[in-house]
Amino acid sequence: MSVRVGEAAHAPDFPEAAKKAVADTQLRHNVRHATDVIRGKRAKVVGETPDWQELRESGRQIKDHVLRHLDFYLGQFEEACVRAGGHVHWARDADEANRIAVSILQAHAAREVIKVKTMTSDEIGLNAALAAAGITPYETDLADLIVQLGEDKPSHIVVPALHRNKMEIRRIFLEKMKLKELGYRPEDLANAARQYLREKFLRVKAAISGANFAIAETGSVCVVESEGNGRMCVSLPDLLISLVGIEKIIPAFQDLEIFLQLLPRSATGERMNPYNSIWTGVAPGDGPREFHVILLDNGRTSVLADEESRETLDCIRCGACLNACPVYRQTGGHAYGSVYGGPIGAILTPQLQSMEHSQSLPYASSLCGACYEVCPVKIDIPEILIHLRGKVVSQGDAPLSERLAMQAAAFALADSGRLSAAQKLARIAQWPFERDGVIQHLPGMLSGWTDVRDLPAVPPESFRDWWAKRKKREST
Amino acid sequence: MLISLFITCYNDTLFPNTGKAVVAVLEKLGHMVEFREAQTCCGQMHYNTGYQRQALPMMLHLLKVFQDAEVICCPSSSCVAMIRDHYPKMAAETGDPAIVEAANELLPRVFEFSELLVDKLGITDVGAFFPHSVTLHPSCHSLRSLHLNDKPLRLLNRVRGLELIDLPESDQCCGFGGTFAIKNAEVSAAMLSDKVHCVLETQAEICTAVDNSCLMHIDGALSRQRTGIRCLHIAEILAATESGENA
Repeated sequence: MSVRVGEAAHAPDFPEAAKKAVADTQLRHNVRHATDVIRGKRAKVVGETPDWQELRESGRQIKDHVLRHLDFYLGQFEEACVRAGGHVHWARDADEANRIAVSILQAHAAREVIKVKTMTSDEIGLNAALAAAGITPYETDLADLIVQLGEDKPSHIVVPALHRNKMEIRRIFLEKMKLKELGYRPEDLANAARQYLREKFLRVKAAISGANFAIAETGSVCVVESEGNGRMCVSLPDLLISLVGIEKIIPAFQDLEIFLQLLPRSATGERMNPYNSIWTGVAPGDGPREFHVILLDNGRTSVLADEESRETLDCIRCGACLNACPVYRQTGGHAYGSVYGGPIGAILTPQLQSMEHSQSLPYASSLCGACYEVCPVKIDIPEILIHLRGKVVSQGDAPLSERLAMQAAAFALADSGRLSAAQKLARIAQWPFERDGVIQHLPGMLSGWTDVRDLPAVPPESFRDWWAKRKKREST
Repeated sequence: MLISLFITCYNDTLFPNTGKAVVAVLEKLGHMVEFREAQTCCGQMHYNTGYQRQALPMMLHLLKVFQDAEVICCPSSSCVAMIRDHYPKMAAETGDPAIVEAANELLPRVFEFSELLVDKLGITDVGAFFPHSVTLHPSCHSLRSLHLNDKPLRLLNRVRGLELIDLPESDQCCGFGGTFAIKNAEVSAAMLSDKVHCVLETQAEICTAVDNSCLMHIDGALSRQRTGIRCLHIAEILAATESGENA
């Protein structure tokens, strides 16, 4: 089995990648601006929902229930989907899912395919697999199109081109769409994309979509979006393949009532998505004539096996935690080395890869808790980050210097006599570095602190020393 | 009331003035204060960095030290959050019912300093005098774990002479995050730079918080950049009187 999350297994460690991102002031400006706009919109539409906390709790409970009975609901989904005329395939990992998609397309002699709203296809590297089989994929979601034409990678799970500004997008369109001229207004850019995509919608006979939800009761698949390009993809072509992570299942149609309130408000700050497409199998004379669902595991069952962190799979990919995260807001998504960036990526990517790779990601957080606060399904991301840090340490993968420092600190903090001695020792050890009660330079890994910050020196008298003196004074 | 101090290891070592200020405020309000000298650390740094196994003996030690303390006051929201958010789970994982019970009994007796004043003692005016402009950085744990909300602000609002200035984007993390500041120094520094920018915008003389950890971080940059703005723990402001700022 080969679980693969994009190229995350070979990505540089987060601190190294983040260093580059933080130095890119234009990137930081773009990310800051975009996340500020979405956060503002989200806060407004969440604030006007009086039962928001109850909705969150409901969403959470439905998802938890599904995860506890996933075998049942997946079986139910398959049965219902097949009954409605769909085909269901099971893919253990990225390679298997890619093979299935390619073989379905080859059976239809498809040389081109239009795609919409599938982060999961980036997870399994589907575009590369299609290209290797001589099939050209066209992304049709505007942001995905910008990423594809720019030969770039998505940097946000809802707004994949969030790191690009208007001028950068204009440059990409001019060059890649081979346009002679193009205006500067957002309308001009949207119009160029429309012209470019319409031709594809009318010509290409096969499509691949992702899924926001897969409904077990009816075998339906649901995709929500803002542009209508998804609607074109799932209704115009003769052949439709939906790539669905096994955690996307919800039990019943009625559950959409909860999720279609939680998702748009959290994701884009809208009360409702402009386009909510839900389809069930095939219908004669309407929509695709052939419909396939690929149910993908790719490490999800191993996440499910860990009781302490399985709630990671509750995620509905709204991206609210990215917009709220002060770390993501400094670095953007690429630093996470995975299609899944931000706080949710920091817990999902290493788990999907069985904690073998991306071990720096659980540390890519100050544990400020902003992600948990906005999560529409109440995933306690800080708690899971700590749990995964524990795994990194217990696997013996933490740096030696850190392990020694932690051991020394644990020794010193074991009783008050040792703590007192350590305080005295620190006062002696700091003398080469201290000046007027301030330390400006420290060696080794501690230089990360003193490069830009002063550190207070250990003062001559600790609180416990002061207290002891005071007590002595009082008793005499 | 006899109030037992959990001063925390870094306040004890690096910020003894905070502890002295807590003693001054509580004694001024007519309470007895004790400091159990056997205390050390709550285990937060080890726990949050993934060294949960090494944090366990610190929890057991703390449970023993404060076993029979009636009310425990801690001038650090992140240490209180460590106790409230993680001790029950750590205790449960030992599988020892006596430890589970000790942890359960400890939790309702632990109060963060401003929480103790406002919730337990029902006081917002501690009779302080501090004629300076002050801005409050609401630390992440105080906001999102302890949900202190406006409690620190209510205390500061009643300090005579004090001009309170709102901090822009106040709910944003300063970038400290314990070992995060070392392990991800560049990102931490970028977050800090945004926080310092907001603090400077207030033109306040003093930046305060209920946590010295965040203040140490913010002050590290304010001091390096020679801004002249000082950081003071909220207890030190509440302990200030007309006869002298350091009570």
